[in-house]
Amino acid sequence: MLSRVAETLYWLSRYLERAENISRFIEVSWHMTLDQPGQEECREWGALVSTTGDNSRFFERYNATTKKNVISFLMFDTEYPNSIISCLRAARENARTVREIISSDLWEQINAFYHIIEGAGKNQGHVYENPYDLCQQIKLRGMMLGGIGNDTMSHGEGWHFCRLGRFMERADKTSRVLDVKYFTILPSLNYVGTAYDDVQWAALLRATDALDAYRQEYGRINPSNVAEFLVFSREFPRSVLHCLGVAQRSLHAISGTPMGAFRNRAEQILGQLSAELAYTNIKSVFDKGLHEFNDQLQIEINRINDAISRYFFGYDPEEFKEAG
Amino acid sequence: MSFSGYDIGPFYDEMFASPAEPRDGTRLMVEKIESLPSGELKRRQRTAEQALFDSGITFNVYGSGEGTEKIWPFDIIPRIVDAQEWYWIEKGLKQRIRALNLFIDDVYHDQKIVKDGVIPGDLILTAEGYLKPCDGLNPPGHIWAHVTGTDLVRDEKGQIYVLEDNLRCPSGVSYVIANRRLLKRTFPEVFTASRVKPVDIYPAKLLDMLYSIAPAGMRTPVVALLTPGIYNSAYFEHSFLAHEMGIELVEGRDLVIQDGFVCMKTTRGLQRVDVIYRRINDDFLDPKAFRKDSLLGVPGILEVFRKGRVAMANAPGTGVADDKVIYAYVPKMIKYYLGEEAIIPNVPTYLCWEDSARKHVLDNLDSLVVKAANESGGYGMLIGPVSTASERDVFAEKIKSKPRNFIAQPALGLSRSPVIIGDGFEGRHVDLRPFILYGEDIWVLPGGLTRVALRKGSLVVNSSQGGGSKDTWVVDGPEEDSDTERDATLMTQSQTQDGSGEYAEQSC
Repeated sequence: MLSRVAETLYWLSRYLERAENISRFIEVSWHMTLDQPGQEECREWGALVSTTGDNSRFFERYNATTKKNVISFLMFDTEYPNSIISCLRAARENARTVREIISSDLWEQINAFYHIIEGAGKNQGHVYENPYDLCQQIKLRGMMLGGIGNDTMSHGEGWHFCRLGRFMERADKTSRVLDVKYFTILPSLNYVGTAYDDVQWAALLRATDALDAYRQEYGRINPSNVAEFLVFSREFPRSVLHCLGVAQRSLHAISGTPMGAFRNRAEQILGQLSAELAYTNIKSVFDKGLHEFNDQLQIEINRINDAISRYFFGYDPEEFKEAG
Repeated sequence: MSFSGYDIGPFYDEMFASPAEPRDGTRLMVEKIESLPSGELKRRQRTAEQALFDSGITFNVYGSGEGTEKIWPFDIIPRIVDAQEWYWIEKGLKQRIRALNLFIDDVYHDQKIVKDGVIPGDLILTAEGYLKPCDGLNPPGHIWAHVTGTDLVRDEKGQIYVLEDNLRCPSGVSYVIANRRLLKRTFPEVFTASRVKPVDIYPAKLLDMLYSIAPAGMRTPVVALLTPGIYNSAYFEHSFLAHEMGIELVEGRDLVIQDGFVCMKTTRGLQRVDVIYRRINDDFLDPKAFRKDSLLGVPGILEVFRKGRVAMANAPGTGVADDKVIYAYVPKMIKYYLGEEAIIPNVPTYLCWEDSARKHVLDNLDSLVVKAANESGGYGMLIGPVSTASERDVFAEKIKSKPRNFIAQPALGLSRSPVIIGDGFEGRHVDLRPFILYGEDIWVLPGGLTRVALRKGSLVVNSSQGGGSKDTWVVDGPEEDSDTERDATLMTQSQTQDGSGEYAEQSC
């Protein structure tokens, strides 16, 4: 497969997954503010901006983290490259350059998806009042595109690059969802262990569509169990460990390297990270600090991404020689 | 909606022979349209437009910045061509493309046609599309123009002429296929009853042609379509064709020359490419041979082509025959190479480099259409009857300073076809671009692209200048229905949860 095409497919699915996850972030924050006693709207929404890691970009153009400003920033801001509309635009531009590779259905639905958000952007007032409907729609569209990709593309190299991108992105975003909770509770530790705390952890599970699956496994909401589920579950399709496992299988399917071995840098770092997670438990995560753990995780994911780019996308004879 | 008030005007109408008298082959369509409940036709038009938008079938307009993406206007009333007329067109096009290929091959070898005094050698050497580096090239089978999109027009009397040959990288065929798919959804009833020749086979025919020119000894050649990239106005078509043929869509930056072969950069290293359907203009194809500043092409590709290690469709250098001065000599070429009279005539053309013709042109600027010899896409033209005196002065000066670069033709009253305007039908001028493939033999896509000048009175059909398109049907006369054999294969029912279904019962 052409390197350029592989890169395009990889980013196409990363952007789609990113758009879907940002809508999940907005939804969880919105739920949290509705349950929030008192008027601390700005803090809740500010926490959301912090999880994106793009605080400085936000304050370049907005003065306060009001609901309206944050939703506008994350959903409709065309100047902000990680907003939903920017992600969808980028996804669509990527899709356009590989239209001959992806299925017609996939292309048409990506195109339609973009037009829906573009249309919603022309009438934002309703979204600020009630972001739920649009967030739901984005989430469902995102999942539908995943399904169309799975059911209409041959599960060959191109599909594996899509899946690699999608699950790398998802691993990163699940760890950031956990961070929403961290940034929210940080200023007021006195909530910890209250009924209100439970509500927030439940909202977090809901944002990752994990509430039902979690209940079947653990029953009661308990912070340690929630974090354990979202990081270490082997079966739940949004948990970090599961995502890295899927990404790893696709990476090895692409290169033909047997699992458990490595022939390039990306395989090496991803293998190390997966193994490390597989042999860690939630207690040591909390000992280290949930946020610090997540931060480290995100840094590792970025390193894997860089290694994938160098090896597969930027055709460089040296990388291939090194790989032997 | 009814055609009762439809005015065919002083033009040849493609649908009606006279008011209320549909031409052969169009009657069924006219009846269908008139029988639709009020509002239904416009609803179908809107549905078709929405489908175009959803599928992203758009084109880019140069120089208008952000939001450059537009749907190409589409009118759902098809332009119908009678089969008898079509066979004549097909024959004429095959004759023409055969002669043109012999001419191009001659230009880059012995130039016998110059030595025999049929065409002045100067005209060839000064044609913008003539490329010195192509001298002595031997493309497979000596075929240079594998894909051609000849523009045909019809005058008031119903005579069809060739307007342009478009031997370089003609575009528009994707719209032919997309329009047809759309129209099948729009008028399924009429399709069932008419015998419309299919166009969906084009990509398969194109791929056959590309395989046929592969360097000898290939098992399964690797074929790629070379595009300038997403910002090219025809990018949709490049992507569409690559997708339909299942070949790689590559950009210049995806290709390198390695050990004397063209290779593409893949996730597993370099892979050799054997055949390139290139949609990059000659100028930009190889910065080593042609334009030095091109970033779109592949440095050194012409040398690989010269050695026969890669095939290209079309071969570089075909543009020499797209020059409008050279065009004027095509009937003579047909006579010279084939010993035949041209079947489809040229539009009568005055060559301004000839003194007597130039005088005539300068004296009659207000009734002629003047064209720059090397421009296309409707640019660089003076349409005399609708020009101002100062525009004519500007062109008169241009002609006098560079007579070689200008030709003039009578302003043809192009034929018209009805389009939906508001709540009724109005006639708009149309042309026709059939597509011709030349590999082991010559094949003409039945129909082609009908472009329509949607602005009232306009004669310019180009998409960049307010043109739209229509589906084009080549309709055969009625024939006996052969579709009586039903598929009699026995089907095994699907199983359901409660264990019903044929297979489950048998296995119990």
